[in-house]
Amino acid sequence: MAAAGPSVFLLMVNGQVESAQFPEYDDLYCKYCFVYGQDWAPTAGLEEGISQITSKSQDVRQALVWNFPIDVTFKSTNPYGWPQIVLSVYGPDVFGNDVVRGYGAVHLPFSPGRHKRTIPMFVPESTSKLQKFTSWFMGRRPEYTDPKVVAQGEGREVTRVRSQGFVTLLFNVVTKDMRKLGYDTGPSDTQGVSGPSPPPGLPL
Amino acid sequence: MNPKEEKVKIITEEFDENDEDTGVGSQKKTSKMARQKRKKRLPAAGPEEMVSENPHLGNQPEPLQEDSDTRPLSMTTRRGPRSLPPIPSASRTGFAEFSMRERMREKLQAARSKAESTLLQEIPTPRPRRLQSPGEKELETEFGAEPGEEAQKTQQEDDSQSRSRVKFRDSVRKIKTKPPVPPGFPSAEEAYNFFTFNFDPEPEESEEKPKAKNRDGTTQEEEEGEEEEPPVQGIHKTDEQLLISATEAEAFLWGLDHAAADFVAVRPADYESAHVRLQMEKELLFVPSRLTVPTYKKLPENVQPRYLEDEGLYIGTRPDVPRTCQNIMENRLLTQEPGRRWFGDDGRIVALPNPIKPFPSRPPVLTQEQDFRAELETLYKKAVKYVHRSQHMIGSGDSPGNFQLDIDISGLIFTHHPCFSREHVLAAKLAQLYDQYLARHQRNKAKFLTDKLQALRNAVQTGLNPAKTHKSLDTTQKTINEYKSEIRQTRKLRDAEQEKDRMLLKTIIKVWKEMKSLREFQRFTNTPLKLVLRKEKVDQKADEEAYEAEIQAEISELLEEHMEEHEQKMEAYRAAYQQWKAWKKAQRAKKKKKKQAVEEHPEEEMGEPYPEEDLVKPVPPEPTDRALMEHQVRERAARSRRRPGEPLLVPELSLAGSVTPNEQCPRVEVLRREDVKRRSIYLKVIFNDKEVSRTDSRPLGADFRVHFGQIFNLQIFNWPESLTLQVYETVGHSGTTLLAEVFLPIPETTIVTGRAPIEEVEFSSNQHVTLDHEGVGSGMPFSFEADGSNQLILMTSGKVSNSVAWAIGENGIPLIPPLSQQNIGFRSALKRADAISSIGTSGLTDLKKLAKWAAESKLDPNDPNNAPLMQLISVATSGESYVPDFFRLEQLQQEFNFVSDEELNRSKRFRLLCLRSQEVPEFRNYKQIPAYDREIMEKVFQDYEKRLRDRNVIETKDHIDPHRAMVAKYLQQVRESVINRFLIAKHHFLLSDLIVEEEVPNISSEGSGILGLSLFKLAEQKRPLRPRRKGRKKVTAQNLSDGDIKVLVNIIRAYDIPVRKPTASKFQQPSRSSRTFSEKHAASPTTHSPTHSADYPLGQVLVRPFVEVSFQRTICHTTTAEGPNPSWNEELELPFRAPNGDYSTSSLQSVKDDVFINIFDEVLYDVLEDDRERGSGIHTRIERHWLGCVKIPFSTIYFQAKIDGTFKIDIPPVLLGYSKERSMIIERGFDSVRSLSEGSYITLFITMEPQLVPGESVREKFDSQEDEKLLQATEKFQAECALKFPHRQCLTTVTDISGKTVFITRYLKPLNPPQELLEACPNNPQATAELVARYVSLIPFLPDTVSFAGICDLWSTSDQFLDLLAGDEEEHAVLLCNYFLSLGKKAWLVMGSAIPEGPTAYVLTREQSHYLIWNPCSGHFYGQFDTFCPLKSVGCLIGPDNIWFNIQRHDSPLRINFDVTKPKLWKSFFSRNLLYPGLSSVQPEELIYQRTDKAAAAELQDRIEKILKEKIMDWRPRHLTRWNRYCTSALRHFLPLLERSRGEDVEDDHRGELLKQLGDYRFSGFPLHMPYSELKPLIEAVYSTGVHNIDVPNVEFALAVYIHPYPKNVLSVWIYVASLIRNR
Repeated sequence: MAAAGPSVFLLMVNGQVESAQFPEYDDLYCKYCFVYGQDWAPTAGLEEGISQITSKSQDVRQALVWNFPIDVTFKSTNPYGWPQIVLSVYGPDVFGNDVVRGYGAVHLPFSPGRHKRTIPMFVPESTSKLQKFTSWFMGRRPEYTDPKVVAQGEGREVTRVRSQGFVTLLFNVVTKDMRKLGYDTGPSDTQGVSGPSPPPGLPL
Repeated sequence: MNPKEEKVKIITEEFDENDEDTGVGSQKKTSKMARQKRKKRLPAAGPEEMVSENPHLGNQPEPLQEDSDTRPLSMTTRRGPRSLPPIPSASRTGFAEFSMRERMREKLQAARSKAESTLLQEIPTPRPRRLQSPGEKELETEFGAEPGEEAQKTQQEDDSQSRSRVKFRDSVRKIKTKPPVPPGFPSAEEAYNFFTFNFDPEPEESEEKPKAKNRDGTTQEEEEGEEEEPPVQGIHKTDEQLLISATEAEAFLWGLDHAAADFVAVRPADYESAHVRLQMEKELLFVPSRLTVPTYKKLPENVQPRYLEDEGLYIGTRPDVPRTCQNIMENRLLTQEPGRRWFGDDGRIVALPNPIKPFPSRPPVLTQEQDFRAELETLYKKAVKYVHRSQHMIGSGDSPGNFQLDIDISGLIFTHHPCFSREHVLAAKLAQLYDQYLARHQRNKAKFLTDKLQALRNAVQTGLNPAKTHKSLDTTQKTINEYKSEIRQTRKLRDAEQEKDRMLLKTIIKVWKEMKSLREFQRFTNTPLKLVLRKEKVDQKADEEAYEAEIQAEISELLEEHMEEHEQKMEAYRAAYQQWKAWKKAQRAKKKKKKQAVEEHPEEEMGEPYPEEDLVKPVPPEPTDRALMEHQVRERAARSRRRPGEPLLVPELSLAGSVTPNEQCPRVEVLRREDVKRRSIYLKVIFNDKEVSRTDSRPLGADFRVHFGQIFNLQIFNWPESLTLQVYETVGHSGTTLLAEVFLPIPETTIVTGRAPIEEVEFSSNQHVTLDHEGVGSGMPFSFEADGSNQLILMTSGKVSNSVAWAIGENGIPLIPPLSQQNIGFRSALKRADAISSIGTSGLTDLKKLAKWAAESKLDPNDPNNAPLMQLISVATSGESYVPDFFRLEQLQQEFNFVSDEELNRSKRFRLLCLRSQEVPEFRNYKQIPAYDREIMEKVFQDYEKRLRDRNVIETKDHIDPHRAMVAKYLQQVRESVINRFLIAKHHFLLSDLIVEEEVPNISSEGSGILGLSLFKLAEQKRPLRPRRKGRKKVTAQNLSDGDIKVLVNIIRAYDIPVRKPTASKFQQPSRSSRTFSEKHAASPTTHSPTHSADYPLGQVLVRPFVEVSFQRTICHTTTAEGPNPSWNEELELPFRAPNGDYSTSSLQSVKDDVFINIFDEVLYDVLEDDRERGSGIHTRIERHWLGCVKIPFSTIYFQAKIDGTFKIDIPPVLLGYSKERSMIIERGFDSVRSLSEGSYITLFITMEPQLVPGESVREKFDSQEDEKLLQATEKFQAECALKFPHRQCLTTVTDISGKTVFITRYLKPLNPPQELLEACPNNPQATAELVARYVSLIPFLPDTVSFAGICDLWSTSDQFLDLLAGDEEEHAVLLCNYFLSLGKKAWLVMGSAIPEGPTAYVLTREQSHYLIWNPCSGHFYGQFDTFCPLKSVGCLIGPDNIWFNIQRHDSPLRINFDVTKPKLWKSFFSRNLLYPGLSSVQPEELIYQRTDKAAAAELQDRIEKILKEKIMDWRPRHLTRWNRYCTSALRHFLPLLERSRGEDVEDDHRGELLKQLGDYRFSGFPLHMPYSELKPLIEAVYSTGVHNIDVPNVEFALAVYIHPYPKNVLSVWIYVASLIRNR
């Protein structure tokens, strides 16, 4: 069967949630999960994860480093619904409540190789000034009902968001049988970590 | 004296004056200062020495001399322009002066460097100086001074002038920058003040210092130079001094004391009042106004503002500057001298267009600090071949240069050239005329027309000949008339042509004559042109005859015409004459009547009364005069035609003439000829604005012809957009001038080399040339006449003969780019058919629309940015190009289609993907669509295709009854459309769907709303000591899978379970083995004694019930309890499976499964055959007898989240072997209340784990036909109600089946129940009411949520409901309420909540004294105070004309008052404020009932029976199923009886009868009664009773079905199932 011709292709991704830039916040942790289409199924690895809490580095960069590993393998018959990783970052506010600090999503890179992605993070805005105040005061900021919303286009038009910071992710992508099924994702145009990463947040 | 020196002197002058001004005191001052100075010098000797010593040495002798020199001069130059800085120039001062200055400069330099050094020292070493001893100080300052000295030394090497320049500029600058300088020049005092005040803020010091200096160096010049620099130094010094030598200073001050008193005047500080200062400020300061400047001020006088934009010129958008800022700027500019030049013609400030782009053009770059190395890294990029923009490229895939354009340039002829002599001009004219003549001659139009005329005349002749007419007369007449008119036309044309011919000939001859005379006049010939007129002899006689004949013919024709005309005129005349006559008569009659004697003025009389009708006697038209006409004709002929006998003149132009050689020509002509010879011409070939090649330079011939004869082969790569030839002229070696540009057309694709004709393309130039020889020049007036009149202006012009064609390749294929690619070409595409694709791929498509858009959006047509668009539009709208009237979306789609549509449709995978994305139910959750077509099974589509096929085919297999089938189909369709609607609605999101956000605390709302309270909550303990119960966490159904959800059923207890009948007592010979197990145990050994019935109630277990819960074919049961009031208190757990594994909300909502809670009696039978074995073994068999069931739909559980309450058990009307009387007797004693109601009850608690979030109702706002006011009122009413009692149901508007919002009372209207029901018991209204309720309850129940996924209550009207034969509580309740209303009852719809349904609708009726609550779905009714009434709360009542909302404290029907007239208890919708507007009903006028076809019902009955029997046999796969036919027929007879009595009071008779017939059988069975909707519920119901589970070997079954048809196809189904065991 396998020799005759595969019926699925595999996408193996490992990497890490490297670091983040949140200029105003500290002591953050992040969650990740994957959103993928109906033709996709995870075969190995973890689909979700919650990282440790990290503090800002003391140097000028003020980076929040997690180095939180990602390792997942998908199989699929169809590139439609290519998996996206959805990140949500949380941290305490001034009153010590755990509030959301950012949501972001990016497609997993589809060409094999090492990729670095910097994704912009954002949070939904309160609907009014008063609510903004009360939500700040009560420590219950507006949140998405489901973080996976950020990986979809549907229904986003009703939300207003504000940008918060950036998260840098590193992926090592291995694909199997893509070419045999007729999908040529091509080699990565640069070897290793590319110099200036493509415009961050651009879904690829 | 140079200006610098002047300057110096001016300043010295001032000082002198100062000294004089201050008078004698200054002398004393100086002495005092000297002392002080010396003192000063002591502590800081080093630097001071350098400053002061030098001048002492060198400058002493100078001052007098200097003074005497400068004074007189300075007097004169004093009032010169001071503000000008001294212009440094190389001065030629004398040596003495120079050296003196040099020294002084050195001193100055030293002082400056010292000051700097001290400053420098101070800054880096903040050591406390006060502690230093003076000696140390000295040292330090000296060290500090050293670098300064060094610098000075180096500087000395520089030009001394530059230094002085620096110095003096400094001084002057200071003067200049002194703040309150009045516009004039500073007075001496001010200058003095300036110098003194500048050094030091301390008045004493500043006063003293200059004096000291004065004394020091008596030359003012030096002082002045020095004084600029030391202020800092001075301050430091004085500070230090004072601190360091305090004691010394004391002594010193003592000496000074009186001196100070003498010389220093103590005055109060100067103060200028604010007013004065303001005045002064006003003089100095200018505050521009903010007001708008009137336009006339900004423009020169008497100039109207010009608005360039209005004139159509493009002006970009100006940068946005606030109006006030502009005004200020304008005002400011206006006060300045040349202010007006800042203003444009329109009176606004001249401004460039706004350079700011509305959006950033640079891609946003995220700066990352850590990536600095990345920028330095070298990247490898694969080399990419540069690809041209494909738009203009031809055959991007082909090898370039495949296409070739051949341009053949044969020559050039000037029709005018500056070097033309007059003769040449004439020659050119002559040549032109001759060409014309030749062309005309070739065409010979006159001849053609003459022939035509002749033919026409002949035709007319033949037509007039009646002998030959074979057509009808009028058609002939018509054709003749046509011919005649044509003859007229042709004749006119011929005359004109002939005249032209003649004129041309005349002109040629005239020009030739002119030329000849010119040649004679100038006595030389320039052109070889020679005109020869050849005469052709003609036969005079024949000619004359022809001429005469022609004239005659013409005359006759004309005559004819005139005759016709005359006829017409005569006609008109006659009519007019008649009119006139009549009028005249009338006139006369009037006249007679009046009998006036005014005969001398009849005209007046006539004229006056009828001034408007000035009828003159018409003049009859004159007949045509033949002679006159002949004259005219002849005249015309003479003018335009060759006279008869005149020879034919044929001009022939030849170049045979000889040109006069140069030596015989006058000088000017020779010059001209030489000039011509010096000139040469060449052409450049410009292709797409690029020069591709040029011809050789050829000399201009004497005949102004240039022959090139060159062919250029252009290998083209880009689509040709333009092809131009540029004509260049070279005069001698001086240079080339561009004469003209010739634009060649791009050849059609059909034109290939060899076939292309040589074309002459004219060109002309607007060049102005005047020559100083015979040449007439170009663009210059000249004349042939001697007096200079009749001037001509000729421009250089000419013709290029060329041909352009596509080349032909070696194999004969023309090298033309393919047509499809031409369309892509930009310009060419415009010219061609498809203008669309030229704009580009982005799909600007419809040009008309585009133009319209451009017009609407007011594009500035002059904006260069819009130029291409405008051009396109103008081309498109001018109609020059063909604009297709079709709209083409994605015109390039074809290019991207990699596979044809058919092939695409054939692909199974593609189809699957499409269906999935359309959310077709079968495929909505299809996972992992295979990668290849071959892996997709055909059967995947089978279900779907079958459904599609069946959509219109009514399938009777499942439904048996065709009507039901139709209804089911209809319902299915409605459901589909509604589902589609909801699918769309599902994709509309609200903010709350996506974002969880805390509500804004609302102060007005009760409970947790108040902000303060919620703040108070913050202070609450995180872990209170007595925690409150919190709601379970709700799970949104998204990440669930099979087995995650369980249905929990907690069975607590039951009441009034039917008990077994003491069967033994009734049988004469009771079977031994028929005793129940318990009976046996409980009974005494004397079981069979007749007395045992007496002690029956005492110790015996009457029933051993247990509960079995079945859900989705999973069965759980409790343990067996004992007695008619058992208590189980057990929790059963049933797994839940969602259909297709789809746990989405919409899928869960549409789960149709029911939870069956069946109550069974466990009966143990002794199977022992032999009594003897009783001692050693027990052989019993457990049998279970179905007693009743409770059915709860899953949807109810899902929406209610929990169901908690006591439910009535649905017990069949006949339960053989069981009775309730017994228990009632028992219970009555202690529980009288409960026994009031009949039936058994069970207490349950059902919920789901985990709790699922029920689906939200669809928020779609439905459109409505209701009055807007009414809708607003409903919203208000609902809001008010919700505010008071948020949990009470309040309904004002509902959605009808077509999706429109309808006011609820419109549903209530008296409607007639079936006549049949009314006739059943005419005398008993209560019985009728019950019958009607039963009829309504027989209509199948189908919850809306199931049919219409997503909670959307659709209310159908009663007729729709009856047609559909399905509906939920509302429809039942509405119908029942309407029936009751028509029966004359007072009836309301009760909206409230009940168990187990949740929010539901009941019907309330008012009887004489009490209220009755009707459950419309079961047909049962309850009194208001019935504890077992399932209605638990009442939200609102709805009548046909009003809505009442319950505002009582309680909402349980037991505790409320139903009197709606009390406004304190019921809030009514329509009240005095809002009167009932009399809303029409949506219900039909009356309901029409068809009698149900009895035969069909009977047939259905048979089929159901058959199917059920088959099913039972299927369920017993391991056992033989025997049917007792005898029993079946007995049951069948019994069922109609049951229907008639509605299942009451028949048990005993029935039992007796059965016993009679089946005496030797042990019999257990029961009739099931159901409304009929489908077959499946019937099967389920039979299955749930578990009759088939009996596995006694000799069991027999009986099954009977009876269907009673009610009107409108409402069927009541009775199924009697029984099992029989033969007693041995």
